[in-house]
Amino acid sequence: MQHWYMLTLVGKDRPGIVAHLSAALFDGGCNLGEASMMRLGGNFTIMLMVEFDGNTHALQQMVASVAESMGLHLHLDRINAQLHKHLEPDVRITVYGADKAGIVARITGALAEAGLHILDMDSSVAGTADKPIYIMQIEGHAAEGVDSLQSALNVVAEKGIEAHLEAIDTMIG
Amino acid sequence: MAKLEILTYPDERLKQESVPVEVFDEELRGFLADLEETMRAGPGGVGIAAPQVGRFARIVLVDCSVTRKPVPNHGFMVLINPEITEWDGMKVGREGCMSVPDYTGNVIRAERITFSAFDGDGVRHEYQCEGFEARAVQHECDHLDGMLFLDRLVSRRNDLFRRKVYQK
Ligand SMILES: [Zn+2]
Repeated sequence: MQHWYMLTLVGKDRPGIVAHLSAALFDGGCNLGEASMMRLGGNFTIMLMVEFDGNTHALQQMVASVAESMGLHLHLDRINAQLHKHLEPDVRITVYGADKAGIVARITGALAEAGLHILDMDSSVAGTADKPIYIMQIEGHAAEGVDSLQSALNVVAEKGIEAHLEAIDTMIG
Repeated sequence: MAKLEILTYPDERLKQESVPVEVFDEELRGFLADLEETMRAGPGGVGIAAPQVGRFARIVLVDCSVTRKPVPNHGFMVLINPEITEWDGMKVGREGCMSVPDYTGNVIRAERITFSAFDGDGVRHEYQCEGFEARAVQHECDHLDGMLFLDRLVSRRNDLFRRKVYQK
């Protein structure tokens, strides 16, 4: 019986991790689903959907030695996989500014209240060590319409913080 | 009229090049009616290309008058043997395709294009399109050359700021 698992690995980044990991999973009889790998602050992070004919313990054992050989921490969850059911974003929001303390919580809080379902979010700390800038990109679904989100942004955005919203009009052809 | 079956990738036929139309007859116009019905049956579809239904002829239909949010458009266009002659500006936008279910991605297209095409009676017309409609025409014309939007995906990460800087 095939089950889907969410495999999370975190550790020090170095070239070749994805190749090594996916080869080990393939050799172990796993089928890969959706995945997202990111380098966050120099750390390797990946979340990977894995389909496997066995229980959590068996998969854990199989992946553990690979993870250990690459110095990665491992976390495994049995999941209910929803493939072929992507939710399409209809709005994109970009926030950036010099100071990040409390900004993310305030802006995402206001947006959530105005009907935003975040589907994809990433943020970076860029600039220089003495003048860091915070940049956040969000894609999501505006359940109560884009105008409602814009009104919410107008209220919470403040001096020194730029917040832009644009509708995503997907062309299907 | 009849709704036609849409080929979906990985059907290899979607990657083949289509040939120009030479005969503008009743059979062609019957096909155009079927193709239009097929386009309108697809949820949210604003365009369709003949190879998407397995006819490998250079025929494209576009209708951007039906979008949820109104965009500049020429209404319903029958574009046979279309030739894009001018491209101007670049913009990232999100696309999906009836031949690629359950996936959308960001693609760079020209913002304004000039092109010519024949209608169902074999009369040649010149067009200028912009924005969403120009994107639809470019997406459909790609189908005639065996190209899918998957061949033109750009990273979602690097389009936002660069676009604003370089487009002034
Ligand atoms: Zn298409």
